[in-house]
Amino acid sequence: MSEHKSTYVPGTGFEKWLDRRLPLVRLAYDSFVDFPTPKNLNYWYTFGGILAFCLATQILTGVVLAMHYTPTTDLAFASVERIMRDVPYGWLIRYIHANGASMFFLAVYIHMIRGLYYGSYKEPREVLWVLGCVIFLLMIATAFLGYMLPWGQMSFHGANVITGLFGAIPIVGEPIQTWLLGGPSIGNQTLQRFFSLHYLLPFMIAGVVILHIWALHVPGNNNPTGVEVKDVKKDTVPFHPYYTVKDGFAIVVFMILFAGVVFYFPAALGHTDNFIEANPLVTPAHIVPEWYMLPFYAILRAIDFSLGPIDAKLLGVIAMFGAIALLFVLPWLDTSKVKSMRYRPTARYFFYGFIAVGLGLGVCGAKSPDDVFAGLQITPDRLVVEYTDSNGTAQAFYDDYDEAKAAMVQRGLSGQPSVEKGRAVRYIHVAKALTLYYFLYFLLIMPLLGLVERPQGEPESIHKSVFKKSKTASAAVPAE
Amino acid sequence: MTFLRKISVATLSLGLAFGAYAAGGAKHAHPPEAGWSFDGAFGDFDKDAMQRGYQVYREVCSSCHSMKLLSYRNLGEKGGPFYDPDYPANENPLVKAFAAEDEVYKGLDDVGDEIYGPASPADRFRSPYANDNAARAANAGALPPDLSVITKARHGGASYIYSLLIGYPEAIFDGELVFPDELLEDREHHDDEHHGAEFGSDLHGTLSQPVGQYYNPYFPGDTTSQWDGDPRHVPPGGFLAMAPQLVAGRVEYIDGTEATVEQMASDVATFLAWAGEPKQVNRKSAGLKVIAFLSIFALLLWFSFHQIWRDVEH
Repeated sequence: MSEHKSTYVPGTGFEKWLDRRLPLVRLAYDSFVDFPTPKNLNYWYTFGGILAFCLATQILTGVVLAMHYTPTTDLAFASVERIMRDVPYGWLIRYIHANGASMFFLAVYIHMIRGLYYGSYKEPREVLWVLGCVIFLLMIATAFLGYMLPWGQMSFHGANVITGLFGAIPIVGEPIQTWLLGGPSIGNQTLQRFFSLHYLLPFMIAGVVILHIWALHVPGNNNPTGVEVKDVKKDTVPFHPYYTVKDGFAIVVFMILFAGVVFYFPAALGHTDNFIEANPLVTPAHIVPEWYMLPFYAILRAIDFSLGPIDAKLLGVIAMFGAIALLFVLPWLDTSKVKSMRYRPTARYFFYGFIAVGLGLGVCGAKSPDDVFAGLQITPDRLVVEYTDSNGTAQAFYDDYDEAKAAMVQRGLSGQPSVEKGRAVRYIHVAKALTLYYFLYFLLIMPLLGLVERPQGEPESIHKSVFKKSKTASAAVPAE
Repeated sequence: MTFLRKISVATLSLGLAFGAYAAGGAKHAHPPEAGWSFDGAFGDFDKDAMQRGYQVYREVCSSCHSMKLLSYRNLGEKGGPFYDPDYPANENPLVKAFAAEDEVYKGLDDVGDEIYGPASPADRFRSPYANDNAARAANAGALPPDLSVITKARHGGASYIYSLLIGYPEAIFDGELVFPDELLEDREHHDDEHHGAEFGSDLHGTLSQPVGQYYNPYFPGDTTSQWDGDPRHVPPGGFLAMAPQLVAGRVEYIDGTEATVEQMASDVATFLAWAGEPKQVNRKSAGLKVIAFLSIFALLLWFSFHQIWRDVEH
C-alpha cells in the first residue's frame, strides 16, 4: 500500500549503519517480509512467484550455456550437440533452458489469464498491467531470438518467415529487415547479433520486472474479489511467512511438472526438423513456430485477403501485432466498474469463450490451413478433365476416376485428370472466425458489456467475503 | 475456480499435443513386435542389440553415412555399446581396436604435410566422404544424411528407422508396383490395423519408380507424379535415393544371432537411438530422484503452509 509505513527496525550495528546510507535491507523488508497482502489470494496468484523462478532459471542456465555455445553458422549446431554429449550435465542444463522457455510461457499465460479474470488491469493498476505487457513482448522477442541459436532447420526458416514479416511494411520494411538480419539474408552476422540480443533481452526483462513489482507495491495486490483493501488489519496478512510459504509450495509443485517434462519428455515440445542442421536451400514442409506462438501465427495466416490498398501480407502482420497491441490498451477498453468476473456473470461467459478461442487459435496455428476441420467435407473432391474442342477450352467434372479416365481416352488426352478440392470447413475458416472473436472481445464486447451488464453480489470488503465463505463452509446451518 | 483449473490443464495438454505434429502422407512408423528396450521411464538399452547395431552401421551404413558427432571413445563410455567398467573409455581394448581399423586425418607434420593414420579413441568416426560435394557426386546427386541424431530428426525416431529399413516393397518389377497387391504384405504380416486402412481398396493403379529412386511407404514425400491411378488416392510415402540395403545375412553377427532383415533393422535402430542421445538413460534415472526429492519437499511445504495459515480465515 502506498500509505504503508515502514516497520523495519535495524537490528545489528551494521544494519543501522547501512540503513542511514543505503536502506537496502529496509526496502527488502518492506517489500517481501512485512508487505501487507490480501488474505484471500488463491493459487492463481502464485504464478507471479513462479515466473520469477522461471526468469532466474533461464538466466542461470543461459549463462552456463553461453560458456559452451559457439555462435557461428559452421559450429553452432555441433556446439549445441557437444553440450548435450560432452559437457558435464550439459544435457540437463540445455533441456532445462529449452523447456524452461515453454514453462515460462505456460506460466505467463496463466498469469495473464488470471489478471484478465479478476480485472487486475483496472484502475489503479493500469501501469502494472502495461509493464506486464512489455515483459510479455520482450519474452516473445527473447524466445524468438533464442530459437535461432541451435541453428536447425526450423531455427533458420522460422527466423526467415518472421523477419520477412517486417519486409511487408511499406517503404521502411525492407531496410528494417536488412538491418535486423545484418545483410540481405540470414547469415553468420544474423546468428551473432541474435545471440548477442538473446543475452541482452533477459536482463531488460529483469529490469522491467523490478518496475512491475514496484508498480504492484504502490497500489498493492488485487485479489479474487476485486475489492480494494479497506482495513489493513482485517483484510491483509504480511507477505512473509504467509505468502512465502504458499508461493514456495506452488513453485515446488510447478518444478515437479517442469522436471517431468525435462527428464521424460524433453523433446515433446520441440520439432524434429530442428535436429537437422540449417540448410538455406531446403525448406521444411511445414514451418511452424513453437507452441506458445501458435495462436498469433494462426491470426497472421488467417488474413489471406487484402483490404483496400493494404495487401494480405501486411494486413496479416497488422492483425498479428494488433492482437498483442490490444493487450496494452486493455485497461481503457474495459468499462466495467466491477473488477472481478466472479461478480460479472455475463462477462464470465464471454471470458470462457475468449479462452476457448485462444486455445482454438493455437490448434489452427499447428495445422495446415487447408486441412479439413473435424471431417466437415461438404462436397467431395472432384476430378477435372480439361479439353479443347471447336468451342474453345472447356472443363468436365467427374466423381468417378474410371469415367474421367475414359473421357480422357475418348478425347485422346494423355496424363492425369487434375483435382478440384471440394467445399469443406477448413482450418483457415475456423481461424478466421476465431480471429474475429479475438478482436471483437476486446473492441466490442468489453467496452459494451461494462455499460449494460448488471454485476451481482460484490462483497463490501475482503474480510467479509472470507468470513462469509468460511461460515457457510464450516457450519451446516441453513442460510437465513 | 475449478473451471480455471481445467483451463490450465487443457492448456498444458494442448501444448504437449502440439509437440506431436503429424507427418505428411507417409505410413505411421511402428516399432518391432517386441517393442524397444529403451522405451518408457525405466527403459534401458539392450547392450547386445547396440553392439550388433554398431556392426550393422559399420559394415553397411557407414559406407555412405557419416556420424560426425560421435567419437570412438563414446562406444566405451558408460551406457555405450562396448562399455567395460574395467577400462576408461580411451583404454577400452575393443574401442581401441575399432578405432585403429579406420584411417583418419591426424594433422600436419613438421614440414606441413598432412598425416593420415589409424584413428585413436578420441577421434571422430571416420566419414565416408571428404565433404558433402563428394558425397553427392558418389550418390547420383543425393546427400546421405549424417546419422548422429537421425532418430531425433525424424518423426517416429527409432521406429521410423526400423520401418523404413524393412518397409521397401519387395516385389517391384521393372520399377513398377501395382496396387492393390498382396505383395506389400510380405514384410508386414505383423503389421496391424494400419495396413488395411492405408493400403486399402482405395488404391488402384501403378506406381512407377523414377530411375535411381526407390519407393518406400514410410519415407515422407509425394508419390502423385509417379502414380497413374486416381490422383485423390495416392500411395503413402515417397521415393528416396537409398536402395534397399538389408537383405537376410547381409552381416554375419559376431554373437551368432541370425541376421534377418528385421533383426538387423531393429539392432541398427537401437544403436542409432543410443547415438542420438547417449545420456538419455542417465537422464531418466536422474529424473526419478529429482521428482522424488521435489515431491517430499512439496509435501513438507504443504504442511508448513497449513501450519502457518491455521489461524487465518482466508
